[in-house]
Amino acid sequence: MKFLKYIITGILFGVVMAKSEAISWFRIQEMFRFQSFHMYGIIGTAVLLGTTAVYLIKKFRLKDLSGTPIKFHDKDRNWRKYLIGGTIFGLGWALTGACPGPIFVNIGYGYLGMVVVAIGAVAGTYLYGLLKNKLPH
Amino acid sequence: MIELLKQPWPWYTSGSTIALIMIMLVYFGKSFGFSSNLRTICSMAGAGRKVEFFDFDWKAQKWNLLFLIGALIGGYLSATVLKSDQPLQLSAATVNDLAKLGIDFDGRMNPGELFALKSLSSFGGFLLLLSGGIMVGFGSRYAGGCTSGHAISGLSNLQLPSLIAVTGFFIGGLVMTHLLFPLIFQL
Repeated sequence: MKFLKYIITGILFGVVMAKSEAISWFRIQEMFRFQSFHMYGIIGTAVLLGTTAVYLIKKFRLKDLSGTPIKFHDKDRNWRKYLIGGTIFGLGWALTGACPGPIFVNIGYGYLGMVVVAIGAVAGTYLYGLLKNKLPH
Repeated sequence: MIELLKQPWPWYTSGSTIALIMIMLVYFGKSFGFSSNLRTICSMAGAGRKVEFFDFDWKAQKWNLLFLIGALIGGYLSATVLKSDQPLQLSAATVNDLAKLGIDFDGRMNPGELFALKSLSSFGGFLLLLSGGIMVGFGSRYAGGCTSGHAISGLSNLQLPSLIAVTGFFIGGLVMTHLLFPLIFQL
């Protein structure tokens, strides 16, 4: 169970992303063209319920499975890296129609062209690590 | 039951389940952020010997790799036992816009001309997928997270940096869709 629970959560993620068509290149196009509520509904519902859950976890100081109080970490206060990195990410997201999770869900779905996207994503991550100290953050 | 699961899932079911997944991972003492796996894969491949950014204890991230394996299995199940026989209901306006770019919508998940194996035999198709992937990987690590880490986990924790990152996601996505697609696909 120590490891199985992560695989099961991952399966749930893969199924929900595929069954709600959030892994679809076409759906991402529809989103960036503001021609359907679908993707906004998905992200909006997740954030609304997520915000409520995080608020309640903090308010009642809930503990995790191991009995440790749950802590949420603040992201460092900066804007350059979020804006520049985010924009580069967005360019790739619209082009491939997939963010990191859906890349792998799509491979499982049978879209083997996505293997090339995955290789690119690993290479891009490596490139960032290589250049990190030279980039504005 | 299985018949119900086979139908396309509505947005509210999807959004609620994604929130549940985030809460489950938090309850397990972890956090929902998929792109960290890309860094872990670099580290596993030995990148830590040359680049400091990858020199960390990747074994502590094993749980997230298992989540990734689950995501692959979930995708496979959705294309087999849970496969829907209904075509995707894409908005007519999007179908029209894409047709003008020469991309046909056939009711499937992804355009075959981009993602089928045969598209890889063309140099342009291969390059497009590879460069798109590089931008996704580079950008998500630069921004410190992707859609799961920033748009879901970060916004749920009311993090201003995540809102800036998500704004960036949209600037990039809109520029690609509205300014660069006409150049890329009409060549």
